[in-house]
Amino acid sequence: MSKIHVTTTINGDETEFLCEPEETLLDVLRETLHLTGSKEGCASGDCGACSVMVDGRLVCSCLVLGAETQDREVETIESMAEGDNLHPLQQKFLEHAALQCGICTPGFLIASKALLEKNPDPTETEIRYWLAGNLCRCTGYDKIVRAVQDAAAEMRGA
Amino acid sequence: MEGMRFEAPESVDAAVSLLAGASGEARVLAGGTDLLVQLRADMIEPELVVDIKRIAETRAVTEEDGGYRVGAAVAGAELKEHPSFSKTWPGVMYAFDLIGSTQIQGRCTLAGNLCNASPAADSVPAMAAVGATARIAGPNGTRDVPVEEIPTGPGKTSLAKGEFVVSIFFPKKAANTGDDYLRFIPRTEMDIAVVGSGVCLTLDDSGTCTAAKVVLGAVGPTIIICEEAANAVIGTKVDDAAIEAAGAAATAAATPISDKRGTVEYRKKVAGVLTRRALATALERAKG
Repeated sequence: MSKIHVTTTINGDETEFLCEPEETLLDVLRETLHLTGSKEGCASGDCGACSVMVDGRLVCSCLVLGAETQDREVETIESMAEGDNLHPLQQKFLEHAALQCGICTPGFLIASKALLEKNPDPTETEIRYWLAGNLCRCTGYDKIVRAVQDAAAEMRGA
Repeated sequence: MEGMRFEAPESVDAAVSLLAGASGEARVLAGGTDLLVQLRADMIEPELVVDIKRIAETRAVTEEDGGYRVGAAVAGAELKEHPSFSKTWPGVMYAFDLIGSTQIQGRCTLAGNLCNASPAADSVPAMAAVGATARIAGPNGTRDVPVEEIPTGPGKTSLAKGEFVVSIFFPKKAANTGDDYLRFIPRTEMDIAVVGSGVCLTLDDSGTCTAAKVVLGAVGPTIIICEEAANAVIGTKVDDAAIEAAGAAATAAATPISDKRGTVEYRKKVAGVLTRRALATALERAKG
């Protein structure tokens, strides 16, 4: 079976790749495009480590076929910092020690950014529900929630 | 999965042709939140996957005859942003929104939840309760069927080869009508229903119930339309005694299995409890 040629926009850049029909977006990002910031945890849409944005929606890239992304806009964790300037969420995750092993962190950051774009001043409950699809086995979540709250405050200029 | 083909047609007819012409198993891809999991677990090895998201009819929410037609590829997060759908059918929207995480809501669809045919699908009892119908396209044209006629057992549907669900239609809501859906899970998020109950009822101007539908989920191989529970409230003012009787009818009608998620006895009891509570909320909504 011949590979599928896909043209799409990834992190603002028009990108072309070839993929197998059954290949996931996550596999394309990591194996073909070498954008290894998105992680594979469960490969079944439960853990959120592979979270990316597709056409402005937060999704698990392990549950998207690469071939589906023709003419879409994909945003990954690689687009979050601007050069050496960390996004406020990244900075606050560091300051609050909201990570240990770091595997879940790209997913949490992408998901948190999507939340703050929709809701700049979320309550703790809203943060916890929004991030329920991101699993962290290290931190116990509390530091992550604090980091998101702190970043939200900073981004609001509070 | 050797030799799987991927197609993304732009019309209903093209999708039907592809599905009907497949030499082996063909699968429809809308949100993919069940399909991709099954593919990756090698539970299915389709010859063809047809992505229906490039078909305009599957992507729109349109008002039609006073009701709503929701395209088969409209994701939960998209329907939730619709200006009036969730105000009209809060029970349906709540049930849909219960499915999975924020990430899953970015992709999952009502039609997918229906066609995946899990007995525990949250949106299906809620859709059936309000009288939703699925528009099915196939080699012989289109047909509209009540959503409850689609799943025929765990993982099985009544769709014939070449057919797929294009949209789901929610009919115009009668005056003084309210719906609700409740499910029980042992935690607050990210779990599958142990029991679900979707209800809808309509009152006349004097507050007497003129129509009702009670639909149980996760307590049988398919959803259960519980006419006894509906009959217990029809003709009443939906007072405590009527709600109690409806709950007892739901308990009696439930035919669950015992598994790690709950015993038969427990699930039957919870079916009654959820039905009572859902009816009480639907009543408040019907009164406005």
